[in-house]
Amino acid sequence: MMSTRALGLGPSLRKAAFSPKILRNQVAFRTAIQRRSVQLNSVPASSSVGILNKQRLLRPSSPHFTIYQPQLTWIASIFNRATGGALSALLYGFSLAYLVAPGTFDSAHIIEFVAGLPDVVKYAGKALLALPFTFHSFNGLRHLAWDSGKFLSLKGVYGTGYAVLGATAVSTIALVLM
Amino acid sequence: MQSLTIARSLLTRPPIHFTRALSTTVSRAQAVPAEKPVQLKEFKIYRWNPDEPAKKPILQSYTLDLNQTGPMVLDALIKIKNEIDPTLTFRRSCREGICGSCAMNIDGQNTLACLCRIDRKEGKDTKIYPLPHMYIVKDLVPDLTLFYKQYKSIQPWLQNDNPPAQGEFLQSPEDRKKLDGLYECILCACCSTSCPSYWWNQDEYLGPATLMQAYRWIADSRDAYGAERKEKLQNEMSLYRCHTIFNCSRTCPKGLNPAAAIAKIKLELAAE
Repeated sequence: MMSTRALGLGPSLRKAAFSPKILRNQVAFRTAIQRRSVQLNSVPASSSVGILNKQRLLRPSSPHFTIYQPQLTWIASIFNRATGGALSALLYGFSLAYLVAPGTFDSAHIIEFVAGLPDVVKYAGKALLALPFTFHSFNGLRHLAWDSGKFLSLKGVYGTGYAVLGATAVSTIALVLM
Repeated sequence: MQSLTIARSLLTRPPIHFTRALSTTVSRAQAVPAEKPVQLKEFKIYRWNPDEPAKKPILQSYTLDLNQTGPMVLDALIKIKNEIDPTLTFRRSCREGICGSCAMNIDGQNTLACLCRIDRKEGKDTKIYPLPHMYIVKDLVPDLTLFYKQYKSIQPWLQNDNPPAQGEFLQSPEDRKKLDGLYECILCACCSTSCPSYWWNQDEYLGPATLMQAYRWIADSRDAYGAERKEKLQNEMSLYRCHTIFNCSRTCPKGLNPAAAIAKIKLELAAE
């Protein structure tokens, strides 16, 4: 008896001896309480696919480009596509216009039209044409390099990326001042 | 019996507090440890509960004292779940960047929460979203069913009808070296869900993670089904939706380069 007291087991042993068996068995006691407080609906295993499909219909799609960090990689890519689209629209638009009305859209008329514009519009227009053209051309070279297996490391991607931006800036200014 | 007696005598005696210290001077021994100042930081976390599907996803704000939090974003998430809001749901397992469970979008970049240090800059909050453009099961848990199906579709196992008569397949050190940077992938889906092409075409485009594994088997000198594997990718959608954007390589938490692997598949297909 002395040793049980020393180890501090006395009270718990006494309690166990006098309590009914269900209370002594902790697992049985816990499940008995749970059964009283939680109502479980039993569902056949075969209905799981139906439940899953119903949930899937309600799932939202997580946000993407609105929350993604702006990085040179994908911003340059989207800009490459936008400039490519704009340049082709311009090329096709002008070619078709020339085809429809060759008298209005020939070189002589265009030179005459541009010459009559104020300087501000001339420079702005030149910049607007030069920037997409130079960026798309230089970035096109970058893509050709990648497709031949060069600059495929992250360092290569960023190095060539900044080189393209620099070359675009310089050549745009040069073309505007021409 | 003797030992019991000793134990008894020790336990019945009034307690004596021993202080074990390495301090060399009294003033040092008596010094009170400096308490770290409170450094509060706001975490804004994407929440959506499937039990209330009509409610739109929201960003919920939690504030933690960084000096009572571990260094990584996963530590912060676990602390929030333990102490503030037990309903916050996210996947985690190894907490050391090898299981790939805790992949999520932290401050706009896909990464593993367990490998991402908390930005301790004063007054800056951290936004945590699930992996982008994925269907959300709950909070930060995306549905990866399609991702795993795509991985399965490239048959990620060694295929060779002529196994060596004796022993294992042998490989030269050079051939083995070709697999470095490919086999380390843990399929956390950070790269695929950072890829704009995968956002728009994930029903048909395989995505960087799966394509890098496709190349891992094409590049393996022991595999004899390289031609069949390449034939499967020879269509408009599976491989060629890759526009060499490089978001995948930029975001990979393991420092791998899926974009280069895809470029090599394209080169091999072009050489055929």
